[in-house]
Amino acid sequence: MKDWRFWFNEQRGTLLALAIFIVMFGFYVLNHPAGFTANVVQTAANKGVLLALVAMAQTFVVLTAGIDLSVGMVFILCNCLASYVIVGSPLMVAGGVLAVVLTGAVCGAVNAAIVILGRLQPIVATIASGAVFFGVALWLRPFPGSDPTFSSDLADALTGKVFGVIPASLIFLAATVVLIWIPFRRSVSGRTVYAAGSSEVAAFMSGMPIRRAKFLAYVLSGVFASFAGLYLTFFTYSGEASAANGNTYTLYSIAAVVLGGVSLFGGRGSAIGAIFGALAFRAIGDLLFVFEIDPLWQPLFQGIVLLLAVSVGAARLFQVRNRLDLFG
Amino acid sequence: MSDTTAQAATKSRPWRQRIDLPVVTAFGCIVILLAIGSLYSPNFLSPEYLLQQLKVGAFLGVIATGMMLVILLGQIDLSVPWTVTLGAMMASAAVSWGPAGEVFAIPFGVLCGIAIGLVNGIGVAYLRIPSMIITLAVNAVAQGLMVAYTGGFAPQDSASAAMKVLAAQSTFGVPHAVLVWVVVGALAVFMLTRTTFGRAVYGIGNKEVAAYLSGVPTQRVVMIAFALCGGLAAFGGVLLAGYAGKAAQSMGDAYLLPAIAAVVLGGTSILGGRGSYLGTVAGVILITLLQSILSVMQIAEFGRQIIYGVVIIGMLLLYGRSGKVSS
Repeated sequence: MKDWRFWFNEQRGTLLALAIFIVMFGFYVLNHPAGFTANVVQTAANKGVLLALVAMAQTFVVLTAGIDLSVGMVFILCNCLASYVIVGSPLMVAGGVLAVVLTGAVCGAVNAAIVILGRLQPIVATIASGAVFFGVALWLRPFPGSDPTFSSDLADALTGKVFGVIPASLIFLAATVVLIWIPFRRSVSGRTVYAAGSSEVAAFMSGMPIRRAKFLAYVLSGVFASFAGLYLTFFTYSGEASAANGNTYTLYSIAAVVLGGVSLFGGRGSAIGAIFGALAFRAIGDLLFVFEIDPLWQPLFQGIVLLLAVSVGAARLFQVRNRLDLFG
Repeated sequence: MSDTTAQAATKSRPWRQRIDLPVVTAFGCIVILLAIGSLYSPNFLSPEYLLQQLKVGAFLGVIATGMMLVILLGQIDLSVPWTVTLGAMMASAAVSWGPAGEVFAIPFGVLCGIAIGLVNGIGVAYLRIPSMIITLAVNAVAQGLMVAYTGGFAPQDSASAAMKVLAAQSTFGVPHAVLVWVVVGALAVFMLTRTTFGRAVYGIGNKEVAAYLSGVPTQRVVMIAFALCGGLAAFGGVLLAGYAGKAAQSMGDAYLLPAIAAVVLGGTSILGGRGSYLGTVAGVILITLLQSILSVMQIAEFGRQIIYGVVIIGMLLLYGRSGKVSS
């Protein structure tokens, strides 16, 4: 009985995000002219999975009580790189994918070095490193485009449907959870990330490997951003160094993470919550599309829904037990 | 040129005996940047060029003043981009309402910014929503409002005469924009160092519970600081609209990161509670000069981005490091 309550309390954020997502998506599907079909789900999944991957990338860093404002730029950089290297034979494509993921990991490692060794505040350090990553992306792709020999086989396989029903992008998302997130969460490094996010001093006093764990968190963040970059390339078959796009994804990833019940103060939440946060966030956008609101008013409604959803999820006013708690 | 502003700021805080390392380093970096620039072109040290830089920097300076207030509290305002745009658009919109609109254009633009800031402030101070989230969402709402208002295009209204005089003209060679920044800066210095409000801002930035227990109405102070930040961002937008003649979509996007960078490069702690306005002045000049030198050298956009990022990280590593985690 007690165990059940502890579990529920720990997963409250994730469950809330799941509930919001189900309600939003249910509304969306009910009002969609085509109804609940595999194609509708596939389109929604493909749109959601990009943000979900970026939000997962953001989660790793937010759990350490940091924030990664360069995550959108790593995403754009990997998109630009992928538009060059996903070419030729399957073996070359595999090499290209590896190169893109490695690039993401290096970006994460650079951020980690600045934050851990340089001891700069993550919020400022990643703003600056984001400018550098975007510069590299712009150098790679001054103009939007792709390599003429771009190989679309892998792209089609990973954005299509498996057995004609299940969107492959969702399977990929589930695979990253099972193969990367859960092992990380259960490792010493994962525990340390949570501990350091809750109280870095206490984690230090307990002799936990803070530096190693934080480094791993930033690197994994870069890796997930590179997954997202790959997926963007798979959808568009091209690369584009768009600063607006990068900034949008950075900001949306923060919103998705918060919707998903991850605390910006660190140490609370999970990447699974962030996935549902991202999917719910996308469903909010789709909802307005289905209700045929004048496109001009869409950004305003989207903004207001975002404001309400995020405020309710994050307001600490409703959680305080006494007046001093308010300032804690 | 930086000296006049700098002295104005120093005079009002004679109690500060101790030399402020970040501020000194920031001004040192400005001198180095000027030296590098003068190697490239002798025009760099001419008064005209320097005044032109100060004029460009004045817009960032006004916006960074508000950002500094919020950062001193240990918060952040990510709604600056669309607050700037909203201020510019609303002020220009007021002009089209006839002669009365012409008079009220500037106050109306600033008031709209204050309203945005109040929403942020109420969210942060009373609902206890992390500032990063509420300002992000308010930014989206402000963007939505402006897109709905303009129809997604650049509005046709143009800036009022007063806005143009304030932002684009100069007297005896001194651009009015620089004078505006000096006035805003002087008021900010007075407020931060000579009023209980300023003391409260530093106090809250250090430890809000302590400030609260000392009898500071912390929630009201936080709310007012956010409102001021919104007002100043909108005022920056009003000036920009005056400078360019009219408002444009997403004209504020280019000001969020430089404003944060300028404040932090000036030695203000991103965690709040520490920092002087003189440092912010130095940070603004530093960022403006850096951008100007990179564009004068005709480095491609990608190179500018990379150098910009590397220089900011490099300078922060010089003096912006936080303490080690131990005991």
